[in-house]
Amino acid sequence: MARIIVVTSGKGGVGKTTSSAAIGTGLALQGNKTVIVDFDIGLRNLDLIMGVERRVVYDFVNVINGEANLNQALIKDKRVEGLFILPASQTRDKDALTREGVEKILDELSQEFDYIICDSPAGIEQGALMALYFADEAIVVTNPEVSSVRDSDRILGILASKSRRAEQGLEPVKENLLLTRYCPERVERGDMLSVEDVKDILAIPLLGVIPESQAVLKASNLGEPVVLDQESDAGQAYLDAIFRLQGQSVDFRFLNTEKKGIFKRIFGG
Amino acid sequence: MSLLNYFRQEKKPAASVAKERLQIIVAHERSRFRSTGPDYLPDLERDILAVIRKYVEIDSDAVTVQLDQKADDLSVLELNVTLPDEK
Ligand SMILES: Nc1ncnc2c1ncn2[C@@H]1O[C@H](COP(=O)(O)OP(=O)(O)O)[C@@H](O)[C@H]1O
Ligand SMILES: [Mg+2]
Repeated sequence: MARIIVVTSGKGGVGKTTSSAAIGTGLALQGNKTVIVDFDIGLRNLDLIMGVERRVVYDFVNVINGEANLNQALIKDKRVEGLFILPASQTRDKDALTREGVEKILDELSQEFDYIICDSPAGIEQGALMALYFADEAIVVTNPEVSSVRDSDRILGILASKSRRAEQGLEPVKENLLLTRYCPERVERGDMLSVEDVKDILAIPLLGVIPESQAVLKASNLGEPVVLDQESDAGQAYLDAIFRLQGQSVDFRFLNTEKKGIFKRIFGG
Repeated sequence: MSLLNYFRQEKKPAASVAKERLQIIVAHERSRFRSTGPDYLPDLERDILAVIRKYVEIDSDAVTVQLDQKADDLSVLELNVTLPDEK
């Protein structure tokens, strides 16, 4: 049985797809058979971030509609063993994802995989609800910014009321906070919410803090998930989060400005 | 370190990789979404692609299908497949 993890946020553009790609790839790198599923119907993006855009033939909706089977739609990653991508459809039909259809596919994937990572679209409508409905766990991607934090809180409410686990009175969906695009300099200047601030407000366990990083743009340009760039701060921070996801305890890094760190070391302040 | 950087600079800059990738995928999606032919053409193209991919590994933009109305009583279905170089 796979662990089904939804990467969600409410707000758009906070780093869900970047995080889905990085975390899915990292889990596979560590020997877990992993599939990343793009739930952003209409605006497929995960394929570009994963660099497999020229290998898409059939998609999620084709499989639901019986136009193709799962094996025809799954794209096997050429870099990392045991990593697969299920691309979203580009249809404009908003209701293309039915609950029964999604359930059938997730059940089938569950037989094969250790992890199913569901990359949610923004918003709180059909697509986002489908992405989170069957989840065992949620990674709530949040930027240290007021509207993102509020939207994350909305999503936490929805996870607690509208998920399958909630509806069936099962153990609740496990919540994880992933704070992304974090700028220690701006936090220290008092311009940006700190990790502690966001933790205080959302009150869920912290999975990771990903710094604002130029490596992310470079990674998306190249179509290589940033976790493969282990010289980068963001790549390392994602890898730390992936260890934590698997139950290991790893110290948090990249929370303070680099300069301050050296300064502190030299002057003991 | 400087040696590493030196080798890295030999590679294509990330932005030009991005541009090339986009040009390819956008051109293909345009032809698919804005084509004036019958509604079934994109699906037909996709299924033909799937059949060819059983035998040869080609990119998903390597197949294009077009319907040309040559005369009142003559339409031609034009199928274009770019096969990879034989190695
Ligand atoms: N840690 C980061 N540092 C810098 N830019 C980032 C970071 N995370 C995400 N981004 C950028 O933010 C934008 C939105 O990211 P994306 O993953 O597509 O968000 P979503 O899927 O939530 O809409 C992209 O341009 C991406 O490159
Ligand atoms: Mg996205």
